[in-house]
Amino acid sequence: MRSFAFWSLVVALLTYMTLPTIVVLMTSVNPTEILAFPPQGVSFDWYAKAVSYPDFQLAFKNGLIVTACASTLALIVGSAFAWLIHHYEFRGRGLLEGVLWSPLIIPHFTLGFGFLLLGGAFRLQQGYVMIVLAHMVLVMPFVTRAVHVSLANIDPALARAAANLGASPWQVLTRITLPLVVPGMAGGWLIAAVLSLTEFTASLYVTGSRTQTLPVAMYNYIREYADPTVSAISALLIIATTLIMLVADRTIGLRRVLAIDTH
Amino acid sequence: MLAKRPFFITFLAPAVLTAVILAAAIFEVLQYSVREFIPGSLNVGGFTLANFAALNKPIYWWVLADTFFISLLTAIFSLLASYPVAYALVRAKRDWVRSALVSLSITPLFTGEIVRTFSWMLTLGTDGFINSILRKLGLIDMPIQLMYTRFGVVVALVQFSMPVMIILLATAIAHVDRDCEKAAANLGASPTAVFWRITLPLTVPGILSGIVVVFAWTMSAFSTPQLIGGGKILMISNLAYLQGFSVLNLPFAATLSLIALVCALGSLALMKGVTSRIERRLAVH
Repeated sequence: MRSFAFWSLVVALLTYMTLPTIVVLMTSVNPTEILAFPPQGVSFDWYAKAVSYPDFQLAFKNGLIVTACASTLALIVGSAFAWLIHHYEFRGRGLLEGVLWSPLIIPHFTLGFGFLLLGGAFRLQQGYVMIVLAHMVLVMPFVTRAVHVSLANIDPALARAAANLGASPWQVLTRITLPLVVPGMAGGWLIAAVLSLTEFTASLYVTGSRTQTLPVAMYNYIREYADPTVSAISALLIIATTLIMLVADRTIGLRRVLAIDTH
Repeated sequence: MLAKRPFFITFLAPAVLTAVILAAAIFEVLQYSVREFIPGSLNVGGFTLANFAALNKPIYWWVLADTFFISLLTAIFSLLASYPVAYALVRAKRDWVRSALVSLSITPLFTGEIVRTFSWMLTLGTDGFINSILRKLGLIDMPIQLMYTRFGVVVALVQFSMPVMIILLATAIAHVDRDCEKAAANLGASPTAVFWRITLPLTVPGILSGIVVVFAWTMSAFSTPQLIGGGKILMISNLAYLQGFSVLNLPFAATLSLIALVCALGSLALMKGVTSRIERRLAVH
């Protein structure tokens, strides 16, 4: 009886967590203009309208460019940094770590504003360079963490054995360490890509009308129109991110990256 | 020495460059916050502390108080709503239940704030999901106002923060030594007593870090108060955006952004202090 009450509570709470997603999926296939419930049928007109809307097309293209550049840069710099802090103790390491982890704490609007002002100082405002840099800084902690966890799980004896058998540091790095951390790097890269693709607040500050990313374009649309076009885009984003996260979970184990160990 | 530390410079350089760029961006905010505002111009004047002095007005104190209040409510309700889910996630007997709970509670973290906020607008709106259901059931005649209210903002913020809260609580619950629970049960404690007197106290550090992380996170929330609050509910982020993009007072926007950063850092520093004190006290017993 008690356990029935407990599980009912858990189901109710999970319903609360997933209700908005269900609502948005429902409205995206609802044929009527007003956001009416229950749905009056099934239609994919809003999807057709969403993918043919020029602002969304441009924003999607911008978003892909920014995400590809930012998450790849974050992957390279973040992996190197993770390797560095795993292997070496050096002066200023604490400060460097503090600065590079700080985007997890700094409000995104403060960071976005900072990059807007920095862009202004270099006449790069609203350009791809500043958007990519802002996104890279925001997502890098996740890559660093994923790679750092992978490195910590490698048996140090492997690298030592290779070195004892005459492998140069370069050979140890590329033939032993790198293959072992590839799953961590892949998982970190996917998380970084999803976070960059859906990042909104900092992007609102650093993008312009020509360079806006998809979430910014959605925000601008919501402020002007109230029809389910954005529901359709949202549904597509929900499906895409869920699929990517499933892949990430399969390749590396999301729970490890997010440090949820249930045992 | 270089031979002893292969790749040191090669791997250090990009990280340092990134850190310098990030620090430069934050420095720009700092620099603008102590510059003079020239009305009608995006250029700024000389150095001044006038922006900080301008903060001392009732309206700004209200916004700051409201930001604190909303963040505190969100943290508390997020804790209450997340604990049962986290508990179920760790303690479920069947593997597939655990996997399902992890997926259901973590995926919302990755859909992005605009999608989640828009979903809540559809759910809470005058013609939205909740009002339609209530009207169909005949419980109300007129739609209830949920959008543009503090209640609506908190309802959405709690849902946003739950994945993070669940992760932190699940980690804490997973680290509870089951032998302590078994010992208490063997000595005659009821399951309820075991939970309240053993399990819950042992997860206090997780609870505290959850509350503070969600509190700090909610203080920097932007899109939810912006869209669901619709200008009626102003948090510090919305005020900063308004000052920067509508009033075009960049120095004052920088001051507000800086205050938000200090608040976020301050609450995390507070957490470190409180958690270490609690952990020491627990270690004594």
